[in-house]
Amino acid sequence: MTRSRVWKNRLFKAAMLFAMLVAFGTLAVLLVDTLITGWPELDRQFFSDPPSTVAEEAGARPAILATLYLGLLVLLLSVPIGILTAIYLEEYANRERWWNRAIEVNIQNLAAVPSIVYGILGLAFIVRGIGVGRVVFAGALILTLVVLPTVVVASREAIRAVPDSIRQGAFALGATKWQVVWRQVLPASIPGMATGSILALSRAVGETAPLIMVGAIVYVAFDPTLFGAYTALPVQIYNWTKQPDPTFQTLAAAGAIVLLAIVLGMNAVAIFLRNRYRKQW
Amino acid sequence: MAATEVIGQSTLALPRKRIRWGEKLVQGILFLAATVSVLTTLGIVLSLLLPAVEFFREVSPWEFLTGTTWAPLFEPAHFGVVPLVVGTMMISFWSALVAFPLGVGVAIYLSEYARPRVTAVLKPILEILAAIPTVVLGYFALTFVTPLLRDIGLQVEIFNALAASLVLGVMLIPTVASLSEDAMAAVPRDLRDGGYALGADKLQVSTRIVLPAALSGIIAAFVLAFSRAVGETMIVLIAAGQLPQITFDPRETIETMTAFIGATGNGDVPTGSIEYKTIFAVGLTLFVITLVMNLVSIRLVRKFREVYE
Repeated sequence: MTRSRVWKNRLFKAAMLFAMLVAFGTLAVLLVDTLITGWPELDRQFFSDPPSTVAEEAGARPAILATLYLGLLVLLLSVPIGILTAIYLEEYANRERWWNRAIEVNIQNLAAVPSIVYGILGLAFIVRGIGVGRVVFAGALILTLVVLPTVVVASREAIRAVPDSIRQGAFALGATKWQVVWRQVLPASIPGMATGSILALSRAVGETAPLIMVGAIVYVAFDPTLFGAYTALPVQIYNWTKQPDPTFQTLAAAGAIVLLAIVLGMNAVAIFLRNRYRKQW
Repeated sequence: MAATEVIGQSTLALPRKRIRWGEKLVQGILFLAATVSVLTTLGIVLSLLLPAVEFFREVSPWEFLTGTTWAPLFEPAHFGVVPLVVGTMMISFWSALVAFPLGVGVAIYLSEYARPRVTAVLKPILEILAAIPTVVLGYFALTFVTPLLRDIGLQVEIFNALAASLVLGVMLIPTVASLSEDAMAAVPRDLRDGGYALGADKLQVSTRIVLPAALSGIIAAFVLAFSRAVGETMIVLIAAGQLPQITFDPRETIETMTAFIGATGNGDVPTGSIEYKTIFAVGLTLFVITLVMNLVSIRLVRKFREVYE
């Protein structure tokens, strides 16, 4: 190789390493900065007390609880609907029919709709239209719709990874369509579905924009109930960020640590599941 | 031959097909689940359209789309959406400037240069970056990046488009990288080997063979990332501010469409007022923009798709 080619290659490699450095460096700085800022506030009071106008007395108990409730509800709502939709599209839907193609394109488009638009949907229908009010359940419904396309796409991929020979074998033994799906396809695709669902759920837990629209008051001094007023942890962080008093900024960092722990913990579980149960047919 | 046919009819004829009601029921339930997504789309369109129509009864669509002053809460009120659209586009432009080259750089590294073992470690870390909640990123942009920009001598406002764009751009790197890498992985090995056989070095193979061959996927990744930048709310709401103005200087405070919706939808605006309806008019604009971009991305992938055996 000529000299200039060697240098060009080195330069190119350096540029790529710079790209990696920006991505991973930012992540590292963000995590360290948040930890250092928020750690001192992360005491017992933070987990046991409600938010307050006085920064020194403020905690995040109702917000943390509400976020856990939201996560649980979204899990219960989005996973069954998402998996059933995926089974329909992969195993039952006849692609020749226009309505089945329409459902597919529709889900593709829904995945690209900004989450704040789902917030508008919630504002118009759930909160004001039907009149449930700004309650935990309404927030969970909206978050379910936000992550549903993700669950469907992940579940479809998991189902598609099951080879056709498994289905044919079961049919040859006289199984009905549902028996094939229930006893062969589903068990084989559960790890993939679980991974996708956990990732979707972690997104729901960290989602803020739609909740600003349909929930979330600033000061909630009591533990949330299913049909009661609430503030979620991301929204609480946002509200603290808006306060001019710098003590609230450190509270926001403390909240961010808790939120990051929940979200990244879920991601770690998902990645572990994916590696552990990767199946070769 | 005739004999076998007779036997076939008499002994092998299947009993009349029994309708399995359980199977039908299951299929019905599955179909119902699938309709949830269709109903969601319908709900979104209706919830945007109905109040937006009422809005456009009071404000002409022409004034809305061409007006250069956005001041719905002032007296006299102005409803020109251009400053919000310009704000959104400026944020998206600068974050694309960060995310596109860096994302492709990461993708080329992972796909062409890194050893499998290195890739196995780096990819999950990229996923973690993609999983950081945007409210945390917004907080980071406001409390870390903006002071940093000031420290290095940039005259930025407390709320400025630059810090938001930089953080948003980094957030989009995993999106661009993972989709581009998928596209590069789909390029057959033969093409690379052909390049090497002709005496090309790694740089030439990467940039002149793999990159062009994966172009459709990379462009689709760009469009998707851009549309996510347009729709991103929390980072811009926290770090870029709420001052609708037409400027192309990223050091200034601006307001995006999403930030307006988020700040106004917070709950204090009375239902049915014109201010309330602006949420839906702006939301409709945002929805149409992202929808068009998504359709473009799907079309692009089809048009540029290179088919390998």
